Amino acid sequence: MYDFKTLYEASSVEDALRLRKDHPKALVLAGGSDILIKLRGEEISGCELISIYALDELRGVCLEEDGSLLIRPLTSFSDITMHPLIKQCVPVLGEAVDQIGGPQIRNIGTIGGNICNGVTSADSASTLKAYDAVLELASFEGIRILPYAEFNLGPGKVDLRPGELLTGIRIPRESWEHTYGEYIKYAMRRAMDIATLGCSVNVRLTADKQRIDRLRIAFGVAAPTPVRGRTAEAAAIGHALDAALLDIVGEGSLADVMPRTSWRASKEFRLHLVQELARRATIAAIGKAGGTIND
Amino acid sequence: MTRKTVTCTINGKRREFSIDVRSSLSEMLRGEASLDSIKHGCDVGECGACTVLIDGRPFNSCIYLAVWAEGKEILTLEGLTDTKGTISDIQQAFMDEGAVQCGFCTPGFIMSSIPIITSDTPASREEIRKQVSGNLCRCTGYENIVNAIEKTQKKRIEERKGSGKK
Repeated sequence: MYDFKTLYEASSVEDALRLRKDHPKALVLAGGSDILIKLRGEEISGCELISIYALDELRGVCLEEDGSLLIRPLTSFSDITMHPLIKQCVPVLGEAVDQIGGPQIRNIGTIGGNICNGVTSADSASTLKAYDAVLELASFEGIRILPYAEFNLGPGKVDLRPGELLTGIRIPRESWEHTYGEYIKYAMRRAMDIATLGCSVNVRLTADKQRIDRLRIAFGVAAPTPVRGRTAEAAAIGHALDAALLDIVGEGSLADVMPRTSWRASKEFRLHLVQELARRATIAAIGKAGGTIND
Repeated sequence: MTRKTVTCTINGKRREFSIDVRSSLSEMLRGEASLDSIKHGCDVGECGACTVLIDGRPFNSCIYLAVWAEGKEILTLEGLTDTKGTISDIQQAFMDEGAVQCGFCTPGFIMSSIPIITSDTPASREEIRKQVSGNLCRCTGYENIVNAIEKTQKKRIEERKGSGKK
């Protein structure tokens, strides 16, 4: 038996919002691959849970009229990887979440749970950061639209206010159109492991494919929360596709990260990974975009 | 403690259980339905010994609330044998290939392999390894498990081709 006190099963989004309002201390249970596992220990035993798992209205991916890609939060990792719109607009997101856990975890784990859990190692987080995702947070007060860039407040802490529920993750058209991305997860094992470091890059090349029109880069486990590499991004704009570009992306990335030493890896090794993965992901993204890196 | 009635289809039969809402699906399947192929291994979604198919996809039943099974179609290893109790080709292949030693992980591995052996697209050994990467085996070293799955996959694809020609 899981050691929780009470289970509230939401029957609709509105019901879930009511439960959130009436039981402010209760944890929201999506796929449960974090919470149900924690419940096997003592950390959160005796808690109250609001299960939203049965709410199919919170599943699925669609393109909206303005070209925004809308991902509903309960969409499982495997559904994201297999979805035609993900393959078409942001294939790198499908590739990133395909590296989480193993097949069973990818069938139960949800993208909304992944980001609301607020950990820096979330494999979907760096790609969503790098694509300037925007969150839709619903409550009885109305809908609050929040850039995902502002969502993480600290390790395991996110800006989800009492009574609120994540109901949508949007990637604006301007963000995904004409971009090509690459996610590299560095971990000790190829499955069932947490990233030592994660790096997601996406590029948009100029029409002649000779220069960077826009480069976006974000990291997981390189700071207490997933972070964007704004310094590297600014330096890359308009840059020719050459070895110097890779140097400025790699070195520029160091300006925005602050990894720590943990039992998985030292700070020094993580800093090395930041530079190296930034280079490799940039090379791969440029390759996917049809560009050639000149020496 | 709060109890709830859960109705679902298990191995093709409609079943109804009155369960404590704190139960995991593995507890309901092994404890209430007496399906002993469900192993309580790690209980935290690491080892895959409790793997079952829910609506055709593998899940760890140890980290799945039993109440979520309402209306779902669940397949366990017991559902692979025919009405006379004859084991299926994949089970036979695990025996023939020496893919079973202590046997604790075997039901989970076999359930994880179902999406591969029922697919018309041949999976490479690398893809097979990925499909069973959520299952741990401490005896075999995995090679014979991959062999058994690969062999059954090939055999089934051949069989489907054969029946298509007729």
